[in-house]
Amino acid sequence: MDWQAFALTLKLAATTTVILLAVAVPLAAWLVLGHSRWRGVVEAVAALPLVLPPTVLGFFLLVLLGPRTLIGRGITTLLGHPLAFSFSGLVVGSVIYSLPFAVQPLVAGFAAVETAYVDAARLLGAGPARVVLSLLVPLARRSLLAAAILSFLHTVGEFGVVLMLGGDIPGATRTLSIVLYNQVENFDYTAAARTSAVLFALSVLALGVIYAGWRPRGGRRA
Amino acid sequence: MLEISVKARRGSFRLEVDCLLLSEWTVLSGPSGSGKSTLLRIMAGLDQPAVHGPEQARISLDGQLLTDSANGFALPPGRRQTSLVAQQPSLFPHLSVVANIEFGLRGLDRKARKARGEEMLELVDAKELVNRRTRELSGGEAQRVALARALAPRPRLLLLDEPFSALDGASSDALLARLERWLPANRVQTLMATHDATDAFATRAAVALLMDGKLEALGPAHQVLAHERQRLLARIGGG
Repeated sequence: MDWQAFALTLKLAATTTVILLAVAVPLAAWLVLGHSRWRGVVEAVAALPLVLPPTVLGFFLLVLLGPRTLIGRGITTLLGHPLAFSFSGLVVGSVIYSLPFAVQPLVAGFAAVETAYVDAARLLGAGPARVVLSLLVPLARRSLLAAAILSFLHTVGEFGVVLMLGGDIPGATRTLSIVLYNQVENFDYTAAARTSAVLFALSVLALGVIYAGWRPRGGRRA
Repeated sequence: MLEISVKARRGSFRLEVDCLLLSEWTVLSGPSGSGKSTLLRIMAGLDQPAVHGPEQARISLDGQLLTDSANGFALPPGRRQTSLVAQQPSLFPHLSVVANIEFGLRGLDRKARKARGEEMLELVDAKELVNRRTRELSGGEAQRVALARALAPRPRLLLLDEPFSALDGASSDALLARLERWLPANRVQTLMATHDATDAFATRAAVALLMDGKLEALGPAHQVLAHERQRLLARIGGG
């Protein structure tokens, strides 16, 4: 078992999940509560990684973050190294790749919160941030948990984006999915089975938390 | 003093109200579907007339402009010093009774918030609910708490939309009597929508009669609702 890759995978998934929730909560709230005519466009863009082949997304990001573009050169100047083939680059790729898995459960959860609660909070002086943090997030806490777990798992199982954008650098970009691919390439099916079992167990455990092991206090939301 | 000039469309329904309310307590009377709730939501800033087209709204309270659609001006709901209590109490289900009442008291310190909460619960005769969870409340109790929550920030304008529908007649009358003393003493102008004419007769309020989206009459209850009064008396006499 490649424990270095295991630790790196967990670190990547945890970092991605935290960043995704910080981005997805306000984005989902804006999509549900906002009145902008750009909502449809933003929703479509946020859902794009669902249908885009991961290798295509990885390639786009590889080019965008590489030395061929102004953005890539700017990042290199700023950080002292390119984002491609680095852990930070993987985080950027993972956040974009898993964005719909965080946004969509949150949009569904926030939309299910009764408008009358939001109206009451606004009348009592709550601004948008307070409406989201004091009302939408606690009332849609199950959706928040689903978003976190789906983002985490999706990042754990990510392969195409990682391979295109990160390559296979031990300790920096080699995740469990890459390890599994290498093991199969080398016909080491015993090791591949162990790696697969770890990934499988993570998925089952997380889905168990969503569907069985966690219930909001007091049962279903009123 | 409340100045209302509203023209709004909701599908095929047209609302046209133009009036000046001087009374501290006005009952907005009219049958279901006459536009009472729509008018209250526009006044609370929760609904805005369309910027373009025939819709327009100009609402001011004691000379302070709340909405002026012609100039694209609308104070956000939380900055109008206006509270709205609807038929559905919409208490936040994840918060306790006290936390609900204190939700709109962010500017006060903890001690002041607690004191205000207790005062409001006493006003609506619901002190015993202080430690209860909102899920455990009956419909009438929830309406009392919703009223306490709406009054806690000391609004200048209180909009009530059939707020006592879950209370029995005696409880409703007792609560109205308490409010009739407390609201003017605290300089809160009140507009209460109801389809029940007896609510209008239970108070000394002026009555605005809304029919099919139009303001038909404005004046004392015994004048505006004279026909309704005769009908009720005939029912009692006939019963």
